[in-house]
This record gives sequence, C-alpha cells and structure tokens, in this order.
Amino acid sequence: MKNGSIIKVQDLRKVYGDTTAVDGISFKVNRGEIFGILGPNGAGKTTTIRMLYGFSPMTSGSLRVFDLDIETDWRAIRTRTGVCHQDNNLDPDLTVRENMHVFARYFAMPQKMAAERTEHLLKFIGLEQRKESKPPELSGGMMRRLILARALLNNPELIILDEPTTGLDPQSRHLVWERIGELKKTGITVLLTTHYMEEAARLCDRLIIIDYGRIITEGNPAELVKRHVGHEVIESSPVSEELCAFVKQRGLEYEVSGDRLLIYCREEDEDLFHEISHQYCRDNCALRTATLEDVFLRLTGRQLRE
Amino acid sequence: MNIFGSNNITTRFLSVWCRNWIVYLRTWKINFIPPLLEPILYVAAFGVGFRLLVPSVQFHGQEMSYVQFIAPALVAVSIMNSSFFETTYASFVRMYYQKTFDAMMSAPVSVQEVITGEIVWGATRSLMTAAVTLAVLSCFGLFPWPEAFWILPVAVLGGFAFAAIGMMFTGLIPNIELFNLPVFLFITPMFLFSGTFFSIDTLPEWAQWFALILPLTHLVNLCREICCGSVLSIGAITAGIYLVVFSAIFYPLALRTMRKRLIK
Ligand SMILES: Nc1ncnc2c1ncn2[C@@H]1O[C@H](COP(=O)(O)OP(=O)(O)OP(=O)(O)O)[C@@H](O)[C@H]1O
Ligand SMILES: [Mg+2]
Repeated sequence: MKNGSIIKVQDLRKVYGDTTAVDGISFKVNRGEIFGILGPNGAGKTTTIRMLYGFSPMTSGSLRVFDLDIETDWRAIRTRTGVCHQDNNLDPDLTVRENMHVFARYFAMPQKMAAERTEHLLKFIGLEQRKESKPPELSGGMMRRLILARALLNNPELIILDEPTTGLDPQSRHLVWERIGELKKTGITVLLTTHYMEEAARLCDRLIIIDYGRIITEGNPAELVKRHVGHEVIESSPVSEELCAFVKQRGLEYEVSGDRLLIYCREEDEDLFHEISHQYCRDNCALRTATLEDVFLRLTGRQLRE
Repeated sequence: MNIFGSNNITTRFLSVWCRNWIVYLRTWKINFIPPLLEPILYVAAFGVGFRLLVPSVQFHGQEMSYVQFIAPALVAVSIMNSSFFETTYASFVRMYYQKTFDAMMSAPVSVQEVITGEIVWGATRSLMTAAVTLAVLSCFGLFPWPEAFWILPVAVLGGFAFAAIGMMFTGLIPNIELFNLPVFLFITPMFLFSGTFFSIDTLPEWAQWFALILPLTHLVNLCREICCGSVLSIGAITAGIYLVVFSAIFYPLALRTMRKRLIK
C-alpha cells in the first residue's frame, strides 16, 4: 500500500483439469491508475479476475490486494472492491432500485445509506428514469450500466470491470468512459478488461496483453504502439506482387492479412507513402496512424480463437 | 476463515435469506394459493369421496375418520414439498440461469453463507406453507389447539432437513431436467409409503424397515403425534431426533457439494 501497489500478482497460475487458463503471470496495479488486461477470447482474463477477488482458488503463485492476503482477508478485500462481471447477473425479479438495495445488504450497508447511494449512482450512470423497471425490460446496454452502478455501491477503492462496455451503443460507451474517467479522478483504482482497443488506448494508463494465459507485452498504450508497430501504417489491397517485392527489398516490416498488405512505417519513413502510392497502388492505398489494434493483432496473430 | 475452507458462516447469510424474502413478497399472493387450495381439495376428495370406502381408521388405539388420519400427513407433505422444491428447482434457477450466487460472492459473502441462506430460506418456505395448511385444516376441526402450535417449529426442523438434502442434489445434478430423478425415486415413493395415506404397519416387514429410513415417515409421525395431542411422547421425540440427525448429516453434505459445484 505504502509503495503504491493496490494489486500485486506474482507467478499466478490456474489449471482446470488439463487446460492451463493462466500460466504464470505477474503484474502490479498502482493506486489511482487504470490498468487494462487485453487478450483474445479464452486468454485467461476472466479467470485472472476471479482469482483476484477470491472467487476461484489459484493453483499456485501469490496474490495480494491492498497488501492483504485474499485467502484469509477476503472479506476485507471484497468490502473495499467493486466487481462488474462479464455475465449479466442482475436479479430479474427485482426492480432496478431493489437490485441495488438487495446488493447493499450483502455488504451489511445501513438501509438509509443504501437508498442514498442508489439514488446517486443511478443518476451517475443515467438510469434514474428506469428505477422501477425490471432488468428484463431494460436493454442490454442499460443492464451493463446497472451492473456498473451496482459495483460502485460499496464506495470501493478498487473496481474490477470485466468487459464493462461489451454490447453498449456508442452513446452509452462514451458515457461509461466518461464515468470511469471521473472515478479515476476521485482516486479509485480501476482494473478493466476489454476487447475494444480504442477503449483501452483511451482509458488505460498501463495495460498487459495476455494470450494463452501468458503476458506477451506490457506498457503504456502509446508506447506499445511505438514499440511494436511504429508510427503509421500503409494499407494496400489487393496485394500486388511488385509492391511485395519492393517492401521486401527495402527491408520494411509488413504483414499480409487476407487480401490486404499492411506496411508498418517508422517515424523516419516519412516519404514512403508518397513513393508507394505513386509507384504501386495509386487508388487502393491508404495511410493511417498506427493503433493499439495493430499491436494486438500483430502480437496475438490474426487467426480465430476457439 | 480461509475463503476456500469450510467454516465461513456468519450472520451474513441472513442477507441471502433476505434477498429471497424480498423476491417472495413480489409474488406472495400467487405463492399462497396452492397451500390454501390443496388441503381443501384433499379434504373434499378423501372426506367426501372416500368416506364410504374407509369409514374410520384406528391409530394409537384411537378411532378416527380417514380425513383425520391423513390431515397431519398433508401438513408433513406440504413441509417436505415446499423446502425440497425451493432448494432444488428454484435454487438451481438462481444458481445457473440467473447467476445470483456469483453476484453475491463478489460481495463479502462466502459460498457457505449463500448456501446456508438458501437452506434457511427453504425452511422458511416450509414454515409459511405449513402455517397456511394448518390454518385451513383447523377450519375443518382437524387439529387440536393449542397443541397444534407445535407444528410450526416442526415445520422449521423438517423444512431444514428437506432443504438440506434438496440443496445437496442441486450440488450434484448436471442439468435441471435431471431433478426428475430424485423426485421420482425419493419424493414420490415417500409421498406414498411414509405412513401418509395408510399406516406403515400394513406393509410387509421389509418395507416397514425401509419406510423407517425415509425422513418423511418421521415427519409424518411427528405431525400425527402432535395431532393426537401427544407432543412429548416417545414416538414424537424419536422422530424429532431423527430429523435433527438427518439435518446434521445433509447440511454439511449440501455445503460440500455446492462448494465443489460453484468454486472452480
Ligand atoms: N470453469 C472452467 N472449467 C474449465 N475450463 C475453464 C473454466 N473457466 C474457464 N476455463 C478455460 O480457461 C481459459 C480462459 O478462460 P477465460 O474465461 O479466463 O477467458 P477470457 O480471457 O475471459 O475470454 P473472453 O474474452 O472470451 O471472456 C479458456 O480456455 C476456458 O475454456
Ligand atoms: Mg472473459
């Protein structure tokens, strides 16, 4: 705590039968930062999160949250943590308001305080008009927002968000981003997983990308883009033989994805696009800034995960 | 207090109970109709339709009408059904489809508290159903007061026993359709052969021994003793002890199977 780490994970492993879901990962989350865990489907994000709040026992490794031991101090840890699950687990029989009130009971929160927090949070997340609706009457995006509001009920110091914006429309997503930003300003530490690279690039101070249960890279989003992709990307489609030959001859970093050729340019390659578009692909060539998505796809490959 | 250990039970389980109570209040009117109507249907069928076939029955040397004979059994069956069906089908829906337990366990509630809350809730359902059934049957003069008051604590005890074994099945069963199995192999035979509709004395000896293993037999005995006004008889006390022991076995088993099922 004093050294600023809210979460300290060392060589964490989780084995289910003969699948190793998490294969020895180590990372630290500092107080007040937004930390991202990215990775393809089945990479082990949810499994890691479940161990963090003491839902799943770890197979081996060590884990400290608020510098407390999850196995013995789990109640203290969960009292100070908010968890937003990947699955929707709202109570379909209760109204939005009752969902919040009932959840407050699990924290032994006085009812008056629960009512106040509920009012405040439903406003915060833009659901105050739907207080008396039941979850099945809400849209998918509203349910996600309600789950986020519920995770904030106990005034947590740490919130763990497993894909908080999956299924949200752009409006709601922006609202959630803004809210997460506001929470950060109040000093809350956020750990989040997402499949939206734009979201991770925008929100995260630091992130890890994991694949097959292992960390493949770690760092600040902008720095990761610079390190793994470069400055800009030239996309050309269809792939022309001559262009390929040119790229190889110049020793450029490139990748073929389906019928597109991606050429990764460093900052010093300023005139490259001009040259390429004039000589090889006048109409079907585009220059764009490199993004976190390029990093993600380069590092985890382009094939689908089962 | 290790989270993955087994003694993690504080009064926090009451918040789980409370969740079920709040949901129940949404639909209590519908929930009250079956225990209200069922005993009336039984009294009509057996009191009116059956009267000519079986004019009277002997029990403990007392001569009674057939409806009088089955009235305590009807209460016992209602106790069994309400808690057993609560911790099987209803708990399974909460666990598997609604993921309610997962949500609870992201708050400072342990898996043992979740399961205990569910079982105590099952016992509460039994208490409420038994109270309604008892009230209805008392209107027909089928229960002596104030002795019949004892039915209520018995409903809690019996309800706990059946809730615990139901919860154990929930921990073991892969999908909801398979609850047919314990219902068909456990609940239905008990409903018929636990001294409910005829005294177990009329069964062949081996079947009598078998009936004595079944918890409903003892719950029926206990209710019938109370109904005959002999609350502190040997029969009543033995039956009570049986139910306590039964609960003491199946409650920890329920905790174990459910922990294994939920914690991965
Ligand atoms: N209860 C379980 N039993 C067996 N295997 C499991 C269990 N839970 C997860 N796994 C396996 O562990 C691996 C990691 O799963 P996990 O849910 O952590 O992935 P994820 O990164 O959250 O994926 P997604 O992006 O799809 O949510 C997968 O191969 C999955 O099949
Ligand atoms: Mg996941």
